[in-house]
Amino acid sequence: MKPANEMELSEAIRGANGPLRIVGGGTRAIGPDRAGEVLETGALSGISLYEPGALTIVAGAGTPLAEVEAALDGGGQRLPFEVPDLRGLLGRSGASTIGGVVAANGSGPRRIQAGACRDSLIGVRFVDGAGTIVKNGGRVMKNVTGYDLVKLMAGSHGTLGVLTEVAFKVLPRPEVEATLTRDGVDPAAAVAAMAQALGSPYEVTGAAYFGGQIRLRIEGMIGSVAYRSGALRKLLGAGWDVVEAAQSAILWREIRDVAPFMGQAGAVWRISIKPSDMPQVLAVLSQAQTLCDWGGGLIWALVPDAGDAQAGALRGALAAMGGHATLVRAGAAVYDTTPAFHPEPAALATLSKTLRAKFDPRGILNPGMMG
Amino acid sequence: MEMPRIDAAIVARKPAIVAALQEVLPPDAVIFDEIEVRAYECDALTAYRCPPLAAVLPRTTAEVSAVLRICHKMGVPVVPRGAGTSLAGGALPTGDCVILGVARMNGVLETDYPNRFIRVQSGRTNLSVTGAVESDGFFYAPDPSSQLACAIAGNIAMNSGGAHCLKYGVTTNNLLGVTLVQMDGTVLEIGGAHFDAGGLDLLGVICGSEGQLGVVTEATLRILPKPEGARPVLMGFDSNEVAGECVSDIIKAGILPVAIEFMDRPCIEATEAFAKAGYPMCEALLIVEVEGSKAEIDEQLALIIEIAKRHNPVELREAADEDQAKRIWLGRKSAFGAMGQINDYMCLDGTIPVSSLPYVLRRIGEMSKQYGLAVGNVFHAGDGNMHPLILYDANKPGDLELCEAFGADVLKLCVEVGGCLTGEHGVGIEKRDLMKVQFAPEDMEAQLWVKDVFDPQWLLNPAKVFPLDVTASRRAV
Repeated sequence: MKPANEMELSEAIRGANGPLRIVGGGTRAIGPDRAGEVLETGALSGISLYEPGALTIVAGAGTPLAEVEAALDGGGQRLPFEVPDLRGLLGRSGASTIGGVVAANGSGPRRIQAGACRDSLIGVRFVDGAGTIVKNGGRVMKNVTGYDLVKLMAGSHGTLGVLTEVAFKVLPRPEVEATLTRDGVDPAAAVAAMAQALGSPYEVTGAAYFGGQIRLRIEGMIGSVAYRSGALRKLLGAGWDVVEAAQSAILWREIRDVAPFMGQAGAVWRISIKPSDMPQVLAVLSQAQTLCDWGGGLIWALVPDAGDAQAGALRGALAAMGGHATLVRAGAAVYDTTPAFHPEPAALATLSKTLRAKFDPRGILNPGMMG
Repeated sequence: MEMPRIDAAIVARKPAIVAALQEVLPPDAVIFDEIEVRAYECDALTAYRCPPLAAVLPRTTAEVSAVLRICHKMGVPVVPRGAGTSLAGGALPTGDCVILGVARMNGVLETDYPNRFIRVQSGRTNLSVTGAVESDGFFYAPDPSSQLACAIAGNIAMNSGGAHCLKYGVTTNNLLGVTLVQMDGTVLEIGGAHFDAGGLDLLGVICGSEGQLGVVTEATLRILPKPEGARPVLMGFDSNEVAGECVSDIIKAGILPVAIEFMDRPCIEATEAFAKAGYPMCEALLIVEVEGSKAEIDEQLALIIEIAKRHNPVELREAADEDQAKRIWLGRKSAFGAMGQINDYMCLDGTIPVSSLPYVLRRIGEMSKQYGLAVGNVFHAGDGNMHPLILYDANKPGDLELCEAFGADVLKLCVEVGGCLTGEHGVGIEKRDLMKVQFAPEDMEAQLWVKDVFDPQWLLNPAKVFPLDVTASRRAV
């Protein structure tokens, strides 16, 4: 089904008599292939409002991400949270939609400084599991009127409702960027250096660690970037190189899209932790390739696609130190025994389950996806 | 303002309720004397007062849990209270409720600079969170005007903002985790020192739920490195429209100031008479502040001033030093006090799309004439969060009602132009009955489901946020 508008979408859900699989561009869904009639949002497309002077954009959930990004680019602005393109990693084709970005709370390296997708999202319209159209938030960036269902919808992976429209606070696109790099660093030293940089007043907007190399990004006005990258080098000591402009952007696309894992066999974990726990988490994994972002707070790990893909060891370790691990890619056999989403403590799991039952009483929206 | 009928059966059980609370709390933590409970009869929305049945001041999460378990079992409504600075009546009691104040829970539990967070008990004041880390070069970004007094618990309940949220966001963008006690006493850890939820973003909906989903006893907050410096520039214009255009042009030029504050003529006049900050007498005044090193500030301010000059400002004043910067901020920071010198006032905080600013200000001016009540506007222009201050005389019969009607019309106007009823103060009781202006019944129903899930008996702060007729059937259970 591919409803032409919100009303038709509402009728489609109302009339559904079995599970629905919600699809935007089909580029981000996590977990095993699921049964269910496909419900596409692609026809709910188009930017309905873009006011650069108010830093606001509103678009239909099925609007291609590329269209939103192009419009913002024309206004000298951008989505603050640096949306990852996970097609290569997940082996998908198709064009990512802005609604899919929200459903997955897709957030890249700049999350450490500008927040996640959920932090820039200021309004939603969605259709719940009974077919009711609901709105929450709006088009203004400060809004505490009623409960913040906007945050709840971000990252709900289509299990609470089908998004029909999303509104964002956007930010100016900086004039330039530069990246400081340093090679041959071990994980403990990398975490310490990234913490030092992120604890400085020089507004680091990316802090990643891959293949023994630390990458620290600075963005802004020309003079300011020159000043801050110089100041940061002085603070961190010798051994740092500077990569500028387009070459810097390439380094961050690689991190954002987890490019090094593309085309490689294996299961992929996305692990969110307290940054200083990074070396300990790396030590838990065996036969793994890893890529760290967010100053160490985000680890992408490629492990053999067998058994439980080390879920027991990894999630066991996180139980003690806090955080969560999502199995974003694995073969059917691994997914048969290992849930994609991190199991929650019983009380939280019950709350989430009861919430989902309220929003989707028949349990037809991406059932089983999040547990 | 209508409040629910006091449940006489609960009031009649007061001795038993107090005795049960005394069993789990130290003697000084249970307040039940009719005179003493008056200390909790209102918050900063002082027009409404009602002494609670009792008030408790627990010191630990375990004590909070014990109190809630008792009240849950005995069917007693609980109204959580931070520092009592809500302008929306978020902590206003009912006569049959227990006030649960977290003011004694004000400790710092953990400070972690490498991971840039602080974990505090929720009764700690906003400013003292920054106070705990500033000597090490860090700060906590959300800065509501009441930051000297207001508690983190209330900040989380209302998702408080401040003057600098254009750059740093509001409470929800700086909150990493909470310890939440549910009405039945269950203690939950939600979030932590890591980013984002592994499942549904429950933290996101708890923040801003006005104490209706649970009592937050501990919070993990992001702290940020302090910028090297900050400097404001003041500019005056001869019309609101031009000032509005200037704000829009600054933003479109790709600069993100940390604050853009706007004051209109009535507010400038009142402020000058009160604080003598040396402001120019003009129709509209902007204070724009940028951050960074000296060179970075110079770079940004040069661009901002160039843009301002295109709009023919009647005044353009750069701060040459710390002292001049303070003088520029002095008037803005005294604005509420200055208006309060003239008369009693009601402070609204609707948000509007920035593009509607001139229209909304003109309409407010017209309404001011119709109602015969003066109004001054001072607000965060970068994010459209308005703060019209409507002056009235509390001692003059009918004036408060007139002021409320005026306020309601302004908020309806905010919604009409695409904005909302409240940008940072919360709904509380003050805007409760206007919720239908912004939300269709099904929009509210979806919000009520969340309350149903967290507090099925509807005992936590039940008379707030949603119109009483909308929640009546749920509260009766």
